[in-house]
Amino acid sequence: MIALEDVHKSFGDSEVLRGVSMSVSRGEVVCLIGASGSGKSTLLRCINGLETYDRGKVEVEGRRVDSKSPAIREIRADVAMVFQRFNLFPHRTALENVMEGPLYVKKEARSVVEQRAKKLLARVGLEDKERAHPSQLSGGQQQRVAIARALAMAPKAILFDEPTSALDPELVGEVLAVMRALADEGMTMLVVTHEMGFAREVADRVVFLDRGAILEEGPASEVLTSPREERTRDFLRRVTHP
Amino acid sequence: MEGFWVDTRAFLPLLLRGAVLTVVVTLGALALSTVLGLVWALFRVSQVPVLSYFSKGVVNTIRGIPILVQLFYIYFVLPEFGIELTALQAGVLGLGVAYSAYQAENFRAGIEAVDPGQIEAAQALGMSRGLVLRRVVLPQAFRIALPPYGNTMIMMLKDSSQASVITVAELTQQGRLIASSTFKNTSVFTLVALLYLCMSVPLILFAGRLERKFGRK
Repeated sequence: MIALEDVHKSFGDSEVLRGVSMSVSRGEVVCLIGASGSGKSTLLRCINGLETYDRGKVEVEGRRVDSKSPAIREIRADVAMVFQRFNLFPHRTALENVMEGPLYVKKEARSVVEQRAKKLLARVGLEDKERAHPSQLSGGQQQRVAIARALAMAPKAILFDEPTSALDPELVGEVLAVMRALADEGMTMLVVTHEMGFAREVADRVVFLDRGAILEEGPASEVLTSPREERTRDFLRRVTHP
Repeated sequence: MEGFWVDTRAFLPLLLRGAVLTVVVTLGALALSTVLGLVWALFRVSQVPVLSYFSKGVVNTIRGIPILVQLFYIYFVLPEFGIELTALQAGVLGLGVAYSAYQAENFRAGIEAVDPGQIEAAQALGMSRGLVLRRVVLPQAFRIALPPYGNTMIMMLKDSSQASVITVAELTQQGRLIASSTFKNTSVFTLVALLYLCMSVPLILFAGRLERKFGRK
């Protein structure tokens, strides 16, 4: 469903992605791991066109991702994104945040959208926070609203960009629980994360990105417990025993 | 003191008529400057080089010329090109255009202060540029620009007195006319100052309330 072929990307002189090829199949959960600056977030952002790429090919369900083309909006509606810093709209309530996409992008009827948004908030455990503004919510609650906002578009896949990195440690669990439930329901997910426990438990596949290139990939049990590459071992040591 | 009350009774009706014109000039110029300012600001952030440079040129030109000179230009020079305006129209146009430059800078600062993550989140939902602007950027920029906007309203109320130089019989002009014919400078200008305060203090309170209301969320 998501396919990248020899994707290159530079910011000025620094080459952030150096020929990345990978794919994510329908219903698959793939965790993207690697040191900071290894190009994980850039890679994710190339998939929904928030970032342009210089060379290679990115496709979503056979449609080429081109951030300059108007067709990018359809791809974005199909591939939702959850951000590290939540990026909820601060001037709207939790419910309005969830309703925004279906109402104004998909132009669905308000009554239908509202019912669905309420159900989605309930699904992430926030049925009592419909009228709260983001500033009145904890980080974990905000991220759960952001996940509900992504789900409201009925996406075919969700990209998660370090969804728990900005959270206090005690709030990480509630967000991971929602993501785990989504994975169980068969949602296609590409997750940039430092949560190795989550990756081990939930991911079908783990991809280790090193200095803009894929160094190692395979089933989570293999890559995380007996990595082939020395750099992967190094990285995992640093993450698990900081 | 008794003399002041007598003068008040005598001059207040005329001064109030001037105050009404002050309000008309202020509201007219406020509306015009808001619309034009928003247009300049949107041009400036449009990422279309021609529009952006045009807006920059217009704003800098307007900011670089004193309001009085702009008013003289509109009232005395435009007729030479066949554009005849009444003093009131010229006053509203002059102040509106002059203040549009400051409004544009306020709005631009507001738009640019919106977190880029907000725009990305909106784009990630599949929103078009117009929708991102309307649903996400402008509502947040509006809240950021509100305190300086309130300030601008108050400055405009006071600067509407500049329209007196092109014979708009607003409050200051009325005061000057009465004072020069009666020589009751103290009474007249005290009344003029009090009338300005009566208009600006509610405006100051209103601006503060707006700021509190929208600044909270």
